[in-house]
Amino acid sequence: MLVLNLIEALTNALDVSMAADSSIIVYGEDVGFEGGVFRATKGLQAKYGVDRCFDSILAESSIVGSGIGMAINGLKPVVEIQFSGFVFPAINQIVTHAARMRNRSRGLYTVPMVIRMPYGGGVRALEHHSESLEAIFAHTAGLKVVIPSTPYDAKGLMMAAINDPDPVIFMEPKRIYRAFKQEVPEGIYEIPIGKAKIVKPGDDLTVVAWGSMLRDVQKAVEILEKEGHSIELIDLRTISPIDRETIITSVQKTGRFAVVHEAARSFGPGAELISIVNEGAFLHLEAPPTRITSVDTIVPLPKGEHHYVPSVEGIVAELRAVLTF
Amino acid sequence: MFIEKFDPLKDDMIQILDPSGKIVDTANMPALSEAKMIKMYQTMRESRIIDEKTLQYQRQGRMLTYAPNLGQEATQVGSASALRQTDWVAPSFRELGVWLTKGAPLDKIFLYWFGNEEGMKMSEDIRILPVSVPIASQLQHATGLAYAAKYRKLDDVAVGYVGDGGTSQGDFHEALNFAAVNALPNVFIIQNNQFAISTRRALQTKAPNLAAKALAYGMPGVIVDGNDIFAVYAVVSEAVERARRGEGPTLIECYTYRMGAHTTSDDPTVYREEMEVDPWRGKDPIDRMYKYLVAEGLWSEEQEDAFVRETADRVKQTFETVEKSGFTPLEDIFDYVYAERTPILEAQYQSRKAFYEKEGK
Repeated sequence: MLVLNLIEALTNALDVSMAADSSIIVYGEDVGFEGGVFRATKGLQAKYGVDRCFDSILAESSIVGSGIGMAINGLKPVVEIQFSGFVFPAINQIVTHAARMRNRSRGLYTVPMVIRMPYGGGVRALEHHSESLEAIFAHTAGLKVVIPSTPYDAKGLMMAAINDPDPVIFMEPKRIYRAFKQEVPEGIYEIPIGKAKIVKPGDDLTVVAWGSMLRDVQKAVEILEKEGHSIELIDLRTISPIDRETIITSVQKTGRFAVVHEAARSFGPGAELISIVNEGAFLHLEAPPTRITSVDTIVPLPKGEHHYVPSVEGIVAELRAVLTF
Repeated sequence: MFIEKFDPLKDDMIQILDPSGKIVDTANMPALSEAKMIKMYQTMRESRIIDEKTLQYQRQGRMLTYAPNLGQEATQVGSASALRQTDWVAPSFRELGVWLTKGAPLDKIFLYWFGNEEGMKMSEDIRILPVSVPIASQLQHATGLAYAAKYRKLDDVAVGYVGDGGTSQGDFHEALNFAAVNALPNVFIIQNNQFAISTRRALQTKAPNLAAKALAYGMPGVIVDGNDIFAVYAVVSEAVERARRGEGPTLIECYTYRMGAHTTSDDPTVYREEMEVDPWRGKDPIDRMYKYLVAEGLWSEEQEDAFVRETADRVKQTFETVEKSGFTPLEDIFDYVYAERTPILEAQYQSRKAFYEKEGK
């Protein structure tokens, strides 16, 4: 067993995968020589050579667009978008091509590639460095969207993403890149894409979260459980394809539902989750399903960020309202 | 040999076969077998017959929107004839001559334009990516195809096609830049047909010509008479061999003219006068090669009549078969979103299916 933080687990996942499969190519801005601005690809160029881990040109559309061609021609590219807020120049390639090539060619050409991107706030960064864009990708047919919340999951989900036959948007919670360490197996293992994880079982309320918010929700749950409530906490792990079954089964048991996310509120992932709950567990509900989210403003610069993202205290207050409805 | 010595800033244009059908540059006439020359001619002729018939079918309400290739046959057939079968093509949407040259079956081509994605499922050895509508985006894929070929130590070349309007896109710049930085085995072919729908080439760039843009990427840029199939073939062959040897990408501007509309949804009489189009009729790529072949004794009026008649019949029969293909099966729209249907797609499929069954459809 290794003891790694989340970003070390990702580096290890890439390392172990590249050692096992010479078709895996890793690149992006500053990814090669430096190992990426967060060091996710540290040491890979030295170990695997400049053909397999390299600095791209500074052009996001090229990073994704060239990856599509590589994937069609037998490689498995794992590319990095330096921050998710910089992905917009590549959106055309992601949405109009990566997501559609299989359908457009009726399965003749496919795009097994991973598009990594650190997402979310909490690192006191400049504008465009703090976005949570999972809803945009999850709304696009043909993409899978994965967000790990622990080092163990990060490695297992990354290996599943690399071996997935379709394009995977792999969003990394950069706020917790180095927040804590965990035991991580040395070798190859996969965590299936499309399966949520019940972090802890409970009877009174189902709470769904993912990525960096999961840690804050765990703290909120601990506070509420000391008050005598029993809460089932689910880590969604995959935003798309979403695990309806785990959520519906849980809410049918608990009768109450809340989703917590860092993404903006309106048309966000919480809206989809509440629809799932309404479709699958409406007659079991004892309180209105609730979303606890960031607000619908532009993501503020660091001095205003605390107004934007749900706090532990805010999560506690809103969950308590659902529990006592 | 053209590429090393060509200076796009001088605004020259390479020509071997002039509009009257005469060879004006004997020294650089490519060594093509008679059989290959005739095949190239027939493919251009076939492309035009398909275009003309498809435009009729569209006007009769039997075909959807279609982008004809009229006038650009030499650019397409000449360039694709310089490839070997394992070389890749990343097309835009106006490359019928390329598809035909690469061996794509006409029923598949028709099926796609008839409104069914199944038409883009060619056999693997055709090696053309599906039609790409977002302008210039396909050039990025060409770079990745080339990177993978190089990495896998295959000496395949990847050719990307784009129009004159496409040179304004960021993807054009990014693709050429990435290919040059990494010395990728790419050839980028601009079909400069003078129009992006209605917008003229002069409104796309202040550069003296489109090939000159290559200089900024550190790659050679060449301008060729796009209505001269021998010149196109010669220059593309040289660029392909250069790429295959590991000497990097080339940008080739094929100077041609879009004789027809942008698509069947477009009316070019709104933005250009007949007196502008007319001189280009005298530069027609097919007439030009026809005159050459007849003068050389390789083709005759009788052969022409027979070929046109037989091809027109075959095209008609092929279209009529495709026309009977009906609607896309429900399964097809669900089965290629992912390698396997997700639970949600399965539920949506079952829901649609149950509805149809209930309605007796």
